[in-house]
Amino acid sequence: MDNKEFIARKIAEELKDGEVVNLGIGLPSMVANYVPEGVNVILHSENGFLGIGAAPEAGKENKDIVNAGGQFVTVKKGAGFFDSATSFGIIRGGHVDVAVLGALEVDEKGNLANYMIPGKMVPGMGGAMDLVSGAKKVIIAMTHTSKGESKILKKCSLPLTATGKVNLIITELAVIEVTPMGLLLKEIAPGVTVEEVLKSTEANLMVDHNLKTIAL
Amino acid sequence: MDKHIDINAVADIVKDGMTIMVGGFLGCGSPHKIIDILTKSNVSNLTLICNDTGFSDYGIGKMVVAKQFKKIIVSHIGTNAETGRQLNLGETEVILVPQGTLAEQIRAGGAGLGGVLTQTGLGTIVEEGKSKITIMEKEYLLELPLRADLAIIGGSIVDMQGNVFYNGATRNFNPLMATAADIVIVEAEKIVEIGEIDPSHVITNSIFVDYIVGGEK
Repeated sequence: MDNKEFIARKIAEELKDGEVVNLGIGLPSMVANYVPEGVNVILHSENGFLGIGAAPEAGKENKDIVNAGGQFVTVKKGAGFFDSATSFGIIRGGHVDVAVLGALEVDEKGNLANYMIPGKMVPGMGGAMDLVSGAKKVIIAMTHTSKGESKILKKCSLPLTATGKVNLIITELAVIEVTPMGLLLKEIAPGVTVEEVLKSTEANLMVDHNLKTIAL
Repeated sequence: MDKHIDINAVADIVKDGMTIMVGGFLGCGSPHKIIDILTKSNVSNLTLICNDTGFSDYGIGKMVVAKQFKKIIVSHIGTNAETGRQLNLGETEVILVPQGTLAEQIRAGGAGLGGVLTQTGLGTIVEEGKSKITIMEKEYLLELPLRADLAIIGGSIVDMQGNVFYNGATRNFNPLMATAADIVIVEAEKIVEIGEIDPSHVITNSIFVDYIVGGEK
């Protein structure tokens, strides 16, 4: 299992039956593939529907049904479409239980930077700011480091997407919870030591006295 | 009143310097035939209000490539490298707005509201230069309404009176923009007689629509 699959599988285990979930583009969208049997989540697509289904079979794409990344998808039985104002009312109104997003940087205060690198990459925030501000729980799905540099920092250096909204960070090395006291290392990946996680993390980490090994 | 016009007449309605809203989300639900007509026209110096700038060869992105905008107000430009290039070189002013805020600003513009209060963008560069208002001990940003001279939207089924039904995810910004512009043109995929759309399925009421183009009628 590669790192991305590991992260996606672990996040899928965090989801509870009946939750309304928004998955970002890329790695977060892989979470949908691993939701455990018996757990039914309702996937929200911010371009305007609840009830994202599987990718369509080749040749059966419907040009009117795409996800927020512009890819063809299907809708499940019981799905419903709406306009963008309603879609973001659902987000800001606290009707999305969990939002899963990628990150460039996360810090000890639960601040998130994931939408631009000034002068280099300025794609725009799309729906990310609303999702991070409005979802009841924000889970960050990302690799622990980028080119050897920690992405979990004492303080974000890039422009922020939102302040103090991240609840949980899940990487290929660890599960880290954002608490009012700081970052708490809750679980580590099999074969990884606490020292290795601390070494790969620029931020200060508290180690949970009940530290677990991630079992998938 | 016959609202149906030849699609080529749209080029005469759009004037240099106008602010235009364009419906669609990464091209899904966009008025593609109108965009093609405008891309071929010489109209320029426009201000665009749209969710995104599409792709360089699909959707509103074609008009970005043709350098017809002086200012672009959008939530996302990541799928069209040309917008980023024009932004970086200072050729075009690009204002990035959180998607939900953009939707509400347009809704406010069409609904006679003086603005909306949102927590989205607090503590980020989005809050720069904006008023903050505290309501029941929570802080909000005041976001002002947006209106346009013209909205061009895409409709799946449109009746001859201008009532619109949007299929699937094509709805997105279209019904919001239909309320927030002085002139509204809907590009219909299919045109039907008045009464053929069940009134319960009318999403944009005909009162908002000035002109209808396209259709297989």
